[in-house]
Amino acid sequence: MSDETIEPSSVAAAPGEDHAGHVHVVPPWLLLAVFAALLVLTFVTVAITHFDFGRTVNVWVALGIAVAKATLVALFFMHLKWDSPFNGLVCVTAMFFVALFIGITLLDSKETAVNFQPPPVPAARPAE
Amino acid sequence: MSAITPPAHGIGLPVEREPSPPRGDNYLTHSRGILSWLFSLDHKRIGIMYLVGVLTAFLIGGIFALLLRTELLTPGPTFNSNKAEAWTFYNHCFTLHGAVMVFLFVIPAIPAVLGNFVLPIMLGAKDVAFPRLNLGSFWCWIGGAIFFTYVLLGGILNASFGWHLPGGYGLDTGWTFYTPYSTGQGPHAHSTDGTIAALLGVFILGFSSILTGVNFIASIHMLRPKGMGWFRMPLMLWALYATSVIQILATPVLAITGLLLLAERVIGVGIFDPAIGGDPVLYQHFFWFYSHPAVYIMILPAMGVISEVISTHSRKHVFGYNFIAYSSIAIALLSFLVWGHHMFVSGQSPLANAIFSLLTFSVAVPSAIKVFNWVSTMYRGDIRFTTAMVCAMCFIVMFTFGGLTGLFLGALSNNIHVTGTYFIVAHFHYVMVGSVLFAFLAGLYHWWPKMFGRMTDLAWGNAGALTLLVGFNLTFMPQFIMGAKGMPRRYATYPVEFQGYHVVSTIGAYVMAIGLFTIAFNLLHALLKGEKAPANPWGANTLEWHCPSPPPHDNFPVEPVAGDPYDLKSWQWDEATKQWVLDEQRARTVAGTEPTVHHH
Amino acid sequence: MSDLVSKQQAAVTLAGDPFSPTRDPHHGHPPHLAHHFETPEQQYSSAKVGMWVFLATELLMFGGLFCAYSVYRHNHPEVFEFAHHYLDRSLGAINTIVLITSSLTMAWGVRCAQLGQRRGLVLCLVLTLIGGAGFMTIKTIEYHHKYVEHVWFGAGNRYSKHYQGPSINEGPFGGHQSESALRMTEGERQEAAADKEMMAPTTQPTESFGPAFVDPNAGTPDESKIKPTQVIPAGLSTRVRPEVGEEVRYEDLPQFEKDRVSTFFNIYFLMTGLHGIHVLVGMGLITWILVRGARGAFGPLYYTPVDLVGLYWHLVDLIWIFLFPLLYLIH
Ligand code: HEM
Ligand SMILES: [Cu+2]
Repeated sequence: MSDETIEPSSVAAAPGEDHAGHVHVVPPWLLLAVFAALLVLTFVTVAITHFDFGRTVNVWVALGIAVAKATLVALFFMHLKWDSPFNGLVCVTAMFFVALFIGITLLDSKETAVNFQPPPVPAARPAE
Repeated sequence: MSAITPPAHGIGLPVEREPSPPRGDNYLTHSRGILSWLFSLDHKRIGIMYLVGVLTAFLIGGIFALLLRTELLTPGPTFNSNKAEAWTFYNHCFTLHGAVMVFLFVIPAIPAVLGNFVLPIMLGAKDVAFPRLNLGSFWCWIGGAIFFTYVLLGGILNASFGWHLPGGYGLDTGWTFYTPYSTGQGPHAHSTDGTIAALLGVFILGFSSILTGVNFIASIHMLRPKGMGWFRMPLMLWALYATSVIQILATPVLAITGLLLLAERVIGVGIFDPAIGGDPVLYQHFFWFYSHPAVYIMILPAMGVISEVISTHSRKHVFGYNFIAYSSIAIALLSFLVWGHHMFVSGQSPLANAIFSLLTFSVAVPSAIKVFNWVSTMYRGDIRFTTAMVCAMCFIVMFTFGGLTGLFLGALSNNIHVTGTYFIVAHFHYVMVGSVLFAFLAGLYHWWPKMFGRMTDLAWGNAGALTLLVGFNLTFMPQFIMGAKGMPRRYATYPVEFQGYHVVSTIGAYVMAIGLFTIAFNLLHALLKGEKAPANPWGANTLEWHCPSPPPHDNFPVEPVAGDPYDLKSWQWDEATKQWVLDEQRARTVAGTEPTVHHH
Repeated sequence: MSDLVSKQQAAVTLAGDPFSPTRDPHHGHPPHLAHHFETPEQQYSSAKVGMWVFLATELLMFGGLFCAYSVYRHNHPEVFEFAHHYLDRSLGAINTIVLITSSLTMAWGVRCAQLGQRRGLVLCLVLTLIGGAGFMTIKTIEYHHKYVEHVWFGAGNRYSKHYQGPSINEGPFGGHQSESALRMTEGERQEAAADKEMMAPTTQPTESFGPAFVDPNAGTPDESKIKPTQVIPAGLSTRVRPEVGEEVRYEDLPQFEKDRVSTFFNIYFLMTGLHGIHVLVGMGLITWILVRGARGAFGPLYYTPVDLVGLYWHLVDLIWIFLFPLLYLIH
């Protein structure tokens, strides 16, 4: 194993605490590498706006880079890589349901919102 | 064999019994004083406080219901000779009735009261994973209730004295807060003042619900005892787990919807309000993304209660355990895919309509699976007509009505005909009252001896339940008919040809009230004068029946080992002592704690 | 079996006073172990599960805003392309880097806590706090500019139909406005006035949907008064990006889209505002663990709060990672 795995319980095991857990400590080089990757991706996402791939692709490219960055943060900074798989599942499920919500609503919205005409505003409405 | 009071240890544990708590010490007597309740971290006390809370909310919602039904006795105005004022009053009543019943009563009822009380004990645990959050959940409920009370008070003060509380003058948007009613544009601007306070209330109640969900998920994952794999969990726990998943995934969307509406009202940000650039159909997407799954926050735990009650009081192992367990999860997930069936005529696109209609039908499959399994559990069972069982049987029939009419509504062409009519009102009352309320009562009767150590009187309980059943059907059956004939919902008046139905419906409402008061009397009577309950009055085998009634502060001095929760045969009725006694040999075998026996 | 028994005995002795934070060391019960858990490991894992489930609710809550964003951007892409020029992408990028850096220091802080390095922990947390404060400072600068430019939310937005604010040259920074921007606003204000006139008689419900609608292609009588302006509206951002195809001009937007320009700002303020509130909450939490950490509360055996606050802080970072391209880098 290249990254250090410390079991604190073995460092200073309290009596009676037989399995205090397998705690993963992320080594500095990995933290820095993830940080560097995030910086590079930030740069890329800005730089890439100089190229126009068309409206739709532009969005997907930006989203793709954002997902890559988010994955790095989640896996390494948030320890998901070493965490119980259930926690990862929670994260992925949440993302999935957000996508579901947006996806289905989008599917419908083009039909309604564009043609919707606002009713008149009573002049009395205070502007605050 | 041994008598089981007090069976402080779990099934077949080969250890000496630990010194049991001082005699008579239980969670009710553990500490004294009102503060020891209000700030208790004990899940049982929090459950009881929730019980008091939701029952109060139920009473208030019920008063509104009676006001509504009384107004509808005749087509003309009843409470006020001034028509306009009478109609406004009606609008306020149905809004507060719906909002109080949904947000303060049905949603927290089963998870927060019964769930809180039994979940840790069923897990053989001392408490939920995060007792502080649990208390926080209760206080959030109180916070939300305070805001609702403020709105209510504002309405009353205004109606009686013409006073205006700041920002708290009644609420007439309907519990759905549809824009533009709730954003106060146009002629409604003056009368929706209470929206802000009510939305704050809903927002805070959302946290209450979320905290319960977080707690239950973590508890079920982390606190299961030895011997309780996922498929050894009582079905109540599966149901609560599925409920929590919905609470976690849907409630935040309600929170943001409320925040956005508040932003529209307070700082003029237009996302939903067409007058300031918003899209009201988008509001409906937001609202129903939460509120359709929310109807499963209500019904899933109810189904969990029913699985426990039916199996116990039929004295039979639950039929199709895996199917019932999986169908809970299936319902939880599918419930997120059908929200558009509330928007068929709201200007939703035809494509979305078709998709949502199809998916709506699919929810019926796991729901029906459960019904079939409950009926099969009862089949050839040794059915005991305890009040809990009677309520559970009412549930099955009423839920079948409610669910099947849901299918009528899911059919596009038919929906266009009956949406916005009393058919909808009847449908959701069959599920929210006919089903959830009956399940809640079934659960109360089932666990009352555990909660308070007292038995309820069978005859009075059954009489109350049956009165409720009759009253309920008198109230809502005619609504199906008049709905199909075109009587629209949310109107204080109607063409005189509908009056016959309305009169029956109103009479039914009063019969329901009689039934409910009988039940309330019955439960209170048990509390004060009821016979002392043994630890296991029903011979049930889930872990809460392995600890004394009422349970001690810490539930179990040692963590018990769980067996098959539905192995009712390990409890035998002992005529001599008039008690259910545990066949320890059998329990140990089933629990798999006997090394020579292989059980799966 | 003996293992089972010893575990049970442990559990039994633990069942003492549930509120006592520490346990008798002779029995080997680690401090911080709550009475209803059997092992610190179980307690730690439960806390983590709980935190992740809570983070899921945060994702879903922001999901609502992302949904509103998607719907409006999907339906009004030109509006978003036009209006986002008011956002300064340099400041946005700098803030992204600030937040990523603070995530790094936070993750490092967790590492220090795990290893029991008290001074390292304090240093990391202080750096993280500085990052958060830096982020909020930059955010404030951005908000301030939007405020003085009258591209605020609600009726404070000069593109809103309900804009009733002071005319731009009366504003505190009025003198700094470019002439073209003034003219544009003036034209728009007249247009709005005309709209209002047209709507005046429509308070009768029967006419509610009629006259409010302005045919996108017909143009209003005032349209001629709108002189062509510079491509980029005068705002904080003066960046012109000739390299990217054609730019959307306000004048070219159909009336219907013009009405929606303020929606972009509303969404911008809602998303960054809710995010900003989370940053503030995160800073509060970090301060809390900083104080505890400085007192030496954390070490290899107990660092759960640091871990959980870290997760929260990373989530805030993660959301910004999406907000930045979606709001600042539209093209
Ligand atoms: C078999 C499962 C179910 C199906 C197929 C179903 C179907 C439907 C449909 C299609 C509607 C929309 C009608 C309309 O607005 O035009 C509806 C409304 C409603 N349903 Fe259900 N439903 C089911 C179960 C439930 C459950 C379990 C509950 C509550 C516990 C419930 C509560 C409601 C409520 C409250 C409304 C009306 C909401 C409103 O407009 O205020 N439903 N149902
Ligand atoms: Cu629904």
